[in-house]
Amino acid sequence: MTIIEERAANPAAGDENRPIGYGRIQRKEDPRFVRGKGHYVDDIVLPGMLHGAILRSPVAHARLVSIDTSAALAHPGVVAVITGQDLLGLKLAWAPTLSADVQAVLATDKVRFQGQEVAFVIAEDRYAARDALELIEVDYDVLPPVIDVRTALDPGAPVIRDDLEGRTDNHIFDWEAGNSAETDAVFASADVVVSQEVVYPRVHPAPMETCGAVADFEPIEGALTLYETSQAPHAHRTLFAIVSGIPEHKIRIVSPDIGGGFGNKVGIYPGYILAVVGSIVTGRPVKWMEDRSENLMSTSFARDYIMQGEIAATKDGKILAVRSTVLADHGAFNATAQPTKYPAGFFHIFTGSYDLQAAHCKVTGVYTNKAPGGVAYACSFRVTEAVYLVERLVDMLAHKLEMDPAKLRLMNLIKPEQFPYKNKTGWEYDSGNYEQALRKSMEMAGYDDLRREQQEKRARGELMGIGISFFTETVGAGPRKHMDIVGLGMADGAELRIHPTGKAVVRISVQSQGQGHETTFAQIVAEEIGIPPEDIDVVHGDTDQTPFGLGTYGSRSTPVSGAAVALVARKVREKAKFIAAAMLEARPEDLEWEKGRWFVKGDPSVGKTMAEIAMGAHGTVTLPEGIDGNLDAEVTYDPPNLTFPFGAYICVVDVDPGTGHVTVRRFIAVDDCGTRINPMIIEGQVHGGLTDGVGMALMQFIEFDKEGNNLGGTFMDYLIPTALEVPDWETGFTVTPSPHHPIGAKGIGESATVGSPPAIVNAVVDALAPFGITHMDMPCTPARVWEAMQGRPRPPI
Amino acid sequence: MQISMTINGTDITEEIEPRVLLVHFIRDQLRLTGTHWGCDTSNCGTCVVLMDGRPVKSCTVLAAMADGHSITTVEGLATGATLDPVQQGFMEEHGLQCGFCTPGMMLTARALLDHNPHPDDGEIREAISGQMCRCTGYATIVRSVQWAAAHPAGQDRMDEMEENAGEEVTA
Ligand code: FES
Ligand code: FES
Repeated sequence: MTIIEERAANPAAGDENRPIGYGRIQRKEDPRFVRGKGHYVDDIVLPGMLHGAILRSPVAHARLVSIDTSAALAHPGVVAVITGQDLLGLKLAWAPTLSADVQAVLATDKVRFQGQEVAFVIAEDRYAARDALELIEVDYDVLPPVIDVRTALDPGAPVIRDDLEGRTDNHIFDWEAGNSAETDAVFASADVVVSQEVVYPRVHPAPMETCGAVADFEPIEGALTLYETSQAPHAHRTLFAIVSGIPEHKIRIVSPDIGGGFGNKVGIYPGYILAVVGSIVTGRPVKWMEDRSENLMSTSFARDYIMQGEIAATKDGKILAVRSTVLADHGAFNATAQPTKYPAGFFHIFTGSYDLQAAHCKVTGVYTNKAPGGVAYACSFRVTEAVYLVERLVDMLAHKLEMDPAKLRLMNLIKPEQFPYKNKTGWEYDSGNYEQALRKSMEMAGYDDLRREQQEKRARGELMGIGISFFTETVGAGPRKHMDIVGLGMADGAELRIHPTGKAVVRISVQSQGQGHETTFAQIVAEEIGIPPEDIDVVHGDTDQTPFGLGTYGSRSTPVSGAAVALVARKVREKAKFIAAAMLEARPEDLEWEKGRWFVKGDPSVGKTMAEIAMGAHGTVTLPEGIDGNLDAEVTYDPPNLTFPFGAYICVVDVDPGTGHVTVRRFIAVDDCGTRINPMIIEGQVHGGLTDGVGMALMQFIEFDKEGNNLGGTFMDYLIPTALEVPDWETGFTVTPSPHHPIGAKGIGESATVGSPPAIVNAVVDALAPFGITHMDMPCTPARVWEAMQGRPRPPI
Repeated sequence: MQISMTINGTDITEEIEPRVLLVHFIRDQLRLTGTHWGCDTSNCGTCVVLMDGRPVKSCTVLAAMADGHSITTVEGLATGATLDPVQQGFMEEHGLQCGFCTPGMMLTARALLDHNPHPDDGEIREAISGQMCRCTGYATIVRSVQWAAAHPAGQDRMDEMEENAGEEVTA
């Protein structure tokens, strides 16, 4: 039975030991959620609001011959039906993507994936809108689709994007990092080389709340309010201004409570734009909420990387180099969300956590007749794929050298004294103590005992596997000088006001989809200025109320906005010193800070608390030259570097020899995210990511048949782990603060999603070693494992 | 057609379209938006409510089928200012993140504890296995339910909690 630890119930409970600042406190947002009083997009009802529904293409590739909407328009309750032709007239048929491509809002010439948006019905209620979809007649002239990504670049392959001038093939980009000649030279002289094709199949983030919007256009003012499931309200506002021509100051984006994001709510989907168009056209607010199938079939997928990987080493196990060529399936429109200069995201951190002599990777992106997207699902801009590749290769190398995989890693990890460590593809890892984390996880797991147990079981014909992964993430994007999204630098603003009575409000640019920002950011302010977190309101998710910033994804909230909040609090603290000095008739340099209070050095009894100073600032105290009468500040934080959280994970699986069913028996996760603000929230983030890992490694897969039918379009086909598929997680931590971050925090949101799949697959492959298996691709479903056991492992795509 | 039911202890009679799902009736007509909707195939459980004390997926029940029954939604879990121990357990043990699956999880937990006041972890996992959570990884949900099992009478700290919530409980 779970042991329940007794602790302080509530931050408001006035417990003596309650931390002011960092520590485990209950979340400030929870009381509304447990009462069912969260405020999600679909909960919004505006006076006169209409409901929109999207007609989607049933086929993957076809020319659009004709659309007849007359019967739908005549259906009771239907107010309008919008097609691509209507949007052409408004110059809104195509919208720019986050990767400088364009995407059809509603199809005009062709449909390019199953589920693509074809028409938009607006009706008085959601049932009428859905009914009318059935009445729209579309004539499709079906074309051969490109589904197998390996054939996308074949001469004679159907050209998907003939809408783009001069386009004669399906090639999007080639991108490389590292030094290919140097790497080839190291490979040529290495004792041992292991090569493997490693596939990271297409998956979908599938947050429990699907995507949706309520658009409210006010024609007299020309003002748009858009309630949206958005992880990046400010970036969305700028893009909406560009797309719609509505001036940016007339657009307000509100991202209320969001039912999980995981990257799914970064992109701007046609549905959002259609709700806006619908509101402009009808003069009434329009709600659009996608259903689950629409979510799984049309919004951002993730991964879909076919990676040829190679690792070179000496015969004693010194890893020398890695290289990889990747074929990346970007679907029908290049709509991935990543910094402009990085079309493959941060995949070039595939050098992992090891001290190498050389590395090189080349990524080729192509179009296929599948849904667009690509960078989503807690992937830290493709670090997921990178870590999975290198951790698989290291395990295969261990197998080839007949070395224990833990020992091989311990031999090759970057050493603490090597930080800051410059890797061979251009990253500067800020800090780390890798060996300590790996040893800690081995200790928690009882690694040697597990290996002994495995041997005994093998002797009895039982299949037990132990898998390790060690990962380094690169998050907190990012420095403006080389990171932007569609031209917007990846810096974040923060504003802090201390009210006269010493209560505070901090306004942040990032937005929470469950990460607990209202608590964590209050704790950061609390730690810096000594006001308890319950006295600090965190405002987020509304562009009218918060400073500009790029949003929540890529584990960037704490690394970027967390830094902004710490710095703005320090600014206020510094200002408070001058005001306190005036109040105490002392010189500022004679004051000393203790949490919550400035006092006279050498005479601690003479001082002023933040509340007293706030009252002073707004009161009648004569303020020094240059200090205005408030206790407010604002900053914009441009990170000098990314942050590099890391971790060591160990997974123990049992495989049923009769059915191929994999059970994750234990999972040990040791994470280092630098300074820890709220350990409870950190643990929660890790648990969620580990569950994603089980999903991806064992269950989740968006598969297509050769016609391009999406076979993972419902929760009956796209399998999500429930409480029965995951173990009771065992978590631990080490703390290596980031040297360049104001509070040393590194971010934790995606670590476990990145780090866990390789640990699980390594464990499955380890369990299957008696069958001579050295690699199998995800998902390790019973059928696929069973096939592998019969000597026929096959790639999923 | 006309239906009558007891919802969170209050008797109601409403006019509905016969095909309306219970989840839409609760959300759109009664405006109790704590009950969520998350899939088309009866898999996710974000829509779970209690019908005569037993968990049902309200997306898979027609409003008409609830005629004459007693329905409890998340808005009916607390008694005035006093939270159900399950609600408090979820706050104590971080059983929620985005909060979207939470109402359904808590209602199932309430039904479980009503029938089995001291479940083991496996029984809790079994009970919530028809429901998905994408945020928590379930372990903290299990701990939350165990917290509620260990504190069946609720807590004294409700006044502060109510203050902290800053909201009226309307059910
Ligand atoms: S909405 Fe998913 S089971 Fe009811
Ligand atoms: S808390 Fe987000 S889905 Fe469960």
